[in-house]
Amino acid sequence: MPGFVETFFNLEIMRAALPYLLQGLGTTLLLVLLVVPLGIAGGLAVALLYRSPRRRVRWPLILYVDFFRAFPPLVLLIFLYAGLPFAGIEIGAFTAVAIGFFLNNSAYYGEVLRAGIESVPRGQWEAARSTGLSAPRAMLWVVLPQAVRNVLPDLVGNTLEVVKLTSLASVVALPELLFAARQAQSLTYNPSPIVLAAIIYLVLLWPFVRLLSRLEHRMLVSR
Amino acid sequence: MQREPPVLSIRGLRKSFGATEVLRGIDLDVRPRELVFVIGPSGSGKSTLLRCCNRLEEPSDGSILFDGTDIRAPGTDINAVRRRIGMVFQSFNLYPHMTALGNVTLALRQVLKKPRREADEIAAAALARVGLADKQGAYPGELSGGQQQRVAIARALALEPKAVLFDEPTSALDPELVGSVLQVMRDLREAGMTMVVVSHEMGFARAAADRVVFMDQGEIVEEGPPAAIFGAPQHARTRAFVDQIVRH
Repeated sequence: MPGFVETFFNLEIMRAALPYLLQGLGTTLLLVLLVVPLGIAGGLAVALLYRSPRRRVRWPLILYVDFFRAFPPLVLLIFLYAGLPFAGIEIGAFTAVAIGFFLNNSAYYGEVLRAGIESVPRGQWEAARSTGLSAPRAMLWVVLPQAVRNVLPDLVGNTLEVVKLTSLASVVALPELLFAARQAQSLTYNPSPIVLAAIIYLVLLWPFVRLLSRLEHRMLVSR
Repeated sequence: MQREPPVLSIRGLRKSFGATEVLRGIDLDVRPRELVFVIGPSGSGKSTLLRCCNRLEEPSDGSILFDGTDIRAPGTDINAVRRRIGMVFQSFNLYPHMTALGNVTLALRQVLKKPRREADEIAAAALARVGLADKQGAYPGELSGGQQQRVAIARALALEPKAVLFDEPTSALDPELVGSVLQVMRDLREAGMTMVVVSHEMGFARAAADRVVFMDQGEIVEEGPPAAIFGAPQHARTRAFVDQIVRH
């Protein structure tokens, strides 16, 4: 199948596209470093606010989480990038991606962290409070460490999804890895750069996938 | 001794969960160095009574004075009160992600703001006091139930509380491990600690309690020295409960 190899695994084209793709990878990594911490922070806020005994606080949160978990992130990005200017709000591609991912991620991370916090027995909280720890300190030192540990596989899995999802930024012309690959593809009339991008994703994510498997296994064993 | 003001003074304490009234007007004084034993059938409100004393449960009505502080007053810093009332739980509630030493030092460092070295020293002494000097580095999962409960007691003691509340401290333990925890409680009593104990260990109550309080359906039915409550209960409900316990 010489045609197949030349088309999809054309080393010459890959070599030529590599510097451009690495630039794209740089943008992808930058994006990940921005949206993952932002998403986790937003998710933590969601999870903590959800503990409020007040319905007025919990109801909007449920709506928020449900909405952004159900709403396609691709549409969200396009709406932020191309739709907001009609409302007189002009934001750049990077800002649109940051906001879009923040909204989407905090909903997902929020659900994961909420489940984690709820998995910590109430007695832990009571023991900490009974020694005079304030609510924030009891949360920080006693509940959260256990909550995170209990949902660590979900957190890692979610983060893997987020890394892959950053390729959505290509629709608003943010030059991340996939966008770079598609540019290279259209310049060379050859899909090899796309395959190269896939390989880069694979190499980048594989260690984390391994880690995830091990975490999941450990959770099963410790149960 | 009777002249000293009570450490804990409860008046007209009521607590409802929804429509269910669990405590129906409790009056109780606990004097310094006294060991008060609270007994009664399950659902009688014993645990709720304890949990109201440091406001883990919010009382519905009544007043609780601890060491002269009205713990329900709006201006009261409940965290400051709680660090002076130790609490020991049925299910130990040790922090599983911390060593025995870490469990004891957390409040020392975070609440009392002790530097690490001092906190470690206090915690080591507290662990030694409950016979676990060699278990500082052990995680709760590596300890037996009895050892875990003793670490929990050390965690409470390290803050030098004015009183310690025990909420069924031995109920979750295998029978052969109960003795070590009771021994620690006996030592505490010898050392003059003020204690309120909710427990089914009637033998311990007989031997160590200054006063036994019998509760039923959210009320204190009868109280007195152990010999009187177990030997000659005045009230029919007390008699029925004591008979049942003795027979089993």
